[in-house]
Amino acid sequence: MNTTIMLFLVQDGITNGAIYALLGLALVLVFAVTRVILIPQGEFVTYGALTYASLAAGQMPGTAKLALALGIGAFAFDLFVARKALHGRLVVRSFVTNIMLPAIVLALTIYFAAQKPPVAISIALSLVIVAMIGVYLYRIAFQPLAHTSVLVLLIASVGVHLALQGLGLLFFGAEGQRGPAVLSGAFTAGALRFTGQSITVYAITIAFIVGLWLFFGLTLYGKALRATAVNRLGARLAGIRTTLSGQIAFLLASVIGALSGIMIVPITTLYYDSGFLIGLKGFVAAIIGGLVSYPLTAVAALVVGIVEAFSSFYASNYKEVIVFMLLIPVLLLRSLAAPAVEEEKD
Amino acid sequence: MQSRLPILVFALVMAAIPFVPGMPPFWIVLLDNIGLAALVAMGLVLLTGVGGLTSFGQAAFVGFGAYTTAVLTTAYGLSPWLTLPLSLVVSGLFAVLLGLITVRLSGHYLPLGTLAWGLGLFYLFSKLEFLGRNDGISAIPPLSVGTFKMLSPGSIYYAIWVAVILSALLTMNLLDSRTGRAIRALRRGHVAAEAFGVHTPRAKLLVFIHAAVLAGLSGWLYAHLQRAVNPTPFGAQAGIEYLFIAVVGGAGYVWGGVLGAAIVVVLKEVLQSYLPLILPGSGQVETIVFGIMLVALLQLAPGGLWPWLMSFLPERTGGRKPDTSLKLEQRSRAPAEAGVLLQVEKARKQFGGVVAVNNVSFDVQAREIVALIGPNGAGKSTTFNLITGVLSATSGSISVLGKKVDKAPPQEIVKLGISRTFQHVKLVPDMTVLENVAIGAHLRGHSGPISSMLRLDRADEAKLLAEAARQIERVGLADQMHQLAGSLSLGQQRIVEIARALCVDPMLLLLDEPAAGLRHMEKQRLAALLRELRDGGMSVLLVEHDMGFVMNLADRIVVLDFGTKIAEGTPATIKTNPEVIKAYLGVAA
Repeated sequence: MNTTIMLFLVQDGITNGAIYALLGLALVLVFAVTRVILIPQGEFVTYGALTYASLAAGQMPGTAKLALALGIGAFAFDLFVARKALHGRLVVRSFVTNIMLPAIVLALTIYFAAQKPPVAISIALSLVIVAMIGVYLYRIAFQPLAHTSVLVLLIASVGVHLALQGLGLLFFGAEGQRGPAVLSGAFTAGALRFTGQSITVYAITIAFIVGLWLFFGLTLYGKALRATAVNRLGARLAGIRTTLSGQIAFLLASVIGALSGIMIVPITTLYYDSGFLIGLKGFVAAIIGGLVSYPLTAVAALVVGIVEAFSSFYASNYKEVIVFMLLIPVLLLRSLAAPAVEEEKD
Repeated sequence: MQSRLPILVFALVMAAIPFVPGMPPFWIVLLDNIGLAALVAMGLVLLTGVGGLTSFGQAAFVGFGAYTTAVLTTAYGLSPWLTLPLSLVVSGLFAVLLGLITVRLSGHYLPLGTLAWGLGLFYLFSKLEFLGRNDGISAIPPLSVGTFKMLSPGSIYYAIWVAVILSALLTMNLLDSRTGRAIRALRRGHVAAEAFGVHTPRAKLLVFIHAAVLAGLSGWLYAHLQRAVNPTPFGAQAGIEYLFIAVVGGAGYVWGGVLGAAIVVVLKEVLQSYLPLILPGSGQVETIVFGIMLVALLQLAPGGLWPWLMSFLPERTGGRKPDTSLKLEQRSRAPAEAGVLLQVEKARKQFGGVVAVNNVSFDVQAREIVALIGPNGAGKSTTFNLITGVLSATSGSISVLGKKVDKAPPQEIVKLGISRTFQHVKLVPDMTVLENVAIGAHLRGHSGPISSMLRLDRADEAKLLAEAARQIERVGLADQMHQLAGSLSLGQQRIVEIARALCVDPMLLLLDEPAAGLRHMEKQRLAALLRELRDGGMSVLLVEHDMGFVMNLADRIVVLDFGTKIAEGTPATIKTNPEVIKAYLGVAA
C-alpha cells in the first residue's frame, strides 16, 4: 500500500469521524437524559447545513418559518397544559420564548437573506434557527410522552424524522447544495494538505468534547442533567425540573447537529435526505460507545470514519455494508462481556 | 382462553369480501398489502410487545423470504410450494445467526443493533450479483394449484389471509401455553423466570425465530404477489414502518398487529391519493402529515389502538377454574428424611471493596424452619442470591444434599428442589394470578413451542394449571385466581409468590420477607401455612424483619450483621444474646 494514499485515507477518515463523534455525543446525551433515541438528529444536520447554504446563496430558508410555526405550537401546548392555573407571568414568558424569539429571528433572516450575509451571520442565524426547532420539537412531540416507554418514544422519534424529512424536501428542494468554506486557506505538511475547513472540524470537535466534559463535570445544570439521566424520579424529588433537562438536551443536540452540518456542507454536497445516513453512522459510534461513554463514543466515531474511508477506497460498493456490519463483532463482544444485570423495564 | 367465535366470524367476513358485488379491485390490493404487513407485525407483537425485544430488522427477514423463493424459482425452476418451506427455513436460520448475537443484548442496544444489521443486509441485497443488485429479480412464477394460477391480486388474496389467520391462531396458542408464559415473563426481567427454570436466552431466541419465520412467510407471499423483488421494500424505512404498525395497533396484542397494519396501509394510501388534491405542491406532503399523525396518535393512545378499542367492550370476568383433580407427578427427591439439606460454608461475596457476605456458615436441616435475621444491609438477601445461583460466591462453598452447587446457575438450583420468593415482588402484572403461579411449575411440564402452537399440549397444560390452582387455594387466594397479578395488594402479591414457589414441589423454600405488607390475621395464616408445610416434610429458610413473627415460627435463627454471622440458636437464646441486642439496639442497650 502506498503510504501517501494511506495517510490521505486516514486524514479523510478522521475528518468524517470527528463529525460522527459530535453526532454520537449528541445522541448519547439525548438518550441519557430523555430516553429518546434521536433519529431526527440527521435532520438537524441537514437543516443546519442547508439553511447555512441557502443564506450564503442569498435565498430565504423555510426553516425560519418552521421555527415560528413550531414556536406557536409550543405556546399552545404550554397554555393547554397550564389551562387550569393560567397566570400572567407564565403566559408572557411562554409568549416571549416561543413566539417573539422566533418572530424576531424570522425577521432578521428575511432581512439578511436578501443581501447575501457574511459567513459569520449565516452561521449564527442557522444555529439559532435549528436550535429553536430542536427545543420546540421536544416541547411538542416528546415532552407529552416523557412518561412512556423507550419504544413509544422511539416510534415518535421516527414520526418526527419522517415529518422533518418531508419538510426538508419542501424547503430545500430535491437538489443538493454546497456552502462556502467556513475558514478558507490551506497549508501542507509533508504529503498532506490541511484545509482551513478540516482544521475547523478538528478544532470544533475537540472544543465540544472538552466543553461538554466541563459542562457535565463542573456546572450545576450539567450535574442536574446527569442526575436526570440516572434517575428521573429522584431528580424531580431533588427539585430538578426534568422538562428543563430535556429542553437543554435537545438544545445541545440540535446545535451540535446544525454545527456538524455547517462543517460538512462546504466539503460534500448535502441533499434534504442525507442526514439520515450521517446520523446513523453517529449511532454506530454511539452504540460502540455503549450509549453511555463519551470518550469511547468519540474514539469509536474515529474508527467508523477511518473504516468508511478505507472501505470506500478499496470496496466502494460495500462501503455501507462494511460500516454497519462493523457493529456485529462489537455487539458480539458486548454480549459476551455483558454482566447479568436485572433491569426493570416498561 | 379467549373464545374462538370472533376469529371464525372474522375469517368468514374476510372470505366473503371478494364476493361483495361492486367491490373495487383496488381494495383487494389494499387488503393483500394489509395481510402481508400484518404477518410481519404479528411477529413483532410477540417479539416486541410481549417479549420486550425491539427489532428494526424485520424487513430484512421479509427480504430473506422473498429472495429465497425468487432465486430458487427463477434460476433453478423450483415450484413455489417447494420454496415455501425453504424460505421459512432460510429466514429462520438467519434469525438463529443474528439472534445469537443480538438477543443477549439488553435494553437499547437491541433496537439499535437490529437497525444496524437491518441496514447492512439491505445494502448487501442491493449489491450482490446473484440477487440482481438494485434491479432485483423479476419474472417470478405465480402460485398455482393444479392448473389454476394465482395471477390476480384477488386470487392470491385467499393465500395471504389464510396465512394471516392461521399464523394468528398459532401465535395465540403459543402465548397461551407453558412456553408462552415463559415468553410473557421475559419483559419483566430474567431473574424471576430463571429462578423457576426458564432458560431466558433460549426463550428470547425462540420468539426471535418465530417473528423471523412470520416475516419470511410474508416475504414469500410478497414475491409471488408482485412476481418481482428488488431491495427497496426490505430497507431500514420498511423495518421502522413494521415496528410502528405494531405499536400503533397495540404492541402487546396479536390482533393489534392486524389492526395496525390496516390503519397504516389505509392511512398511507388515503394520504397519497387525496392529499395532493387538498394541498397541491411538491411531493412528500403525505410523509409530513403521516409523521405528524403518528406522533399525535401516540400522544392520544400510547398503548396502541387495540387495547383502547377493547376497553369499550364489556369486561370479561373470570375464567374457568382448572380441574384440580388432575395431578402432576411429584418430583423425584433424594431420600433425605433426616440430615442436612443445605450447607453454607464460609460463603463470601465481595462487590468491589464492599464485603456483603463475610465467611458466613450455617445449615438447614430437613423439616426445619430457619430464620435469617439482621439489620438492614446485613447481607441477608445477598445470601439468598448466593444460594439460588443469582450471584456466585467470591469464595466458600454451598452444597445441597452434600453436592456442591456454588457455580450452578439458578435453573440448576431450582431443579434440586429449592425455590424462592423475592424481596421486591417479581410477578408479571399483566398476567393472571393463575398464569403467574403456573410459571412455578415450568420444569414440571414438558410441552415445547411446536406442540403448544398445534394445541398438542393440552393434557400437560391442564395438569400444570391444576397444580397452580391447588397451590393458590392452599395459600388462600382462590377468589383472586383470575385477577391480574398487578391488581392485587402488595401483601397478596407476596402470597402469590409463595404459591408460585410451592408449584416447584420444593424440599426447601426460601422466603425473602414474606410477611412484609401483611395484616395481623394474614401473618397468622401465613405462619400456620409454613408450619403445615414443615410438618409435611418441607424445610423453610426465611428472611424477615417482623420479630414477633420470626420468634414464634422459627426452629432456629441465624443472625447476620454487616455480612458476618454474629449468633445462631433457638429463638429463646437469640432473644437474650448480648451481641444480637447490641446489633439491633446499639451499644448502650
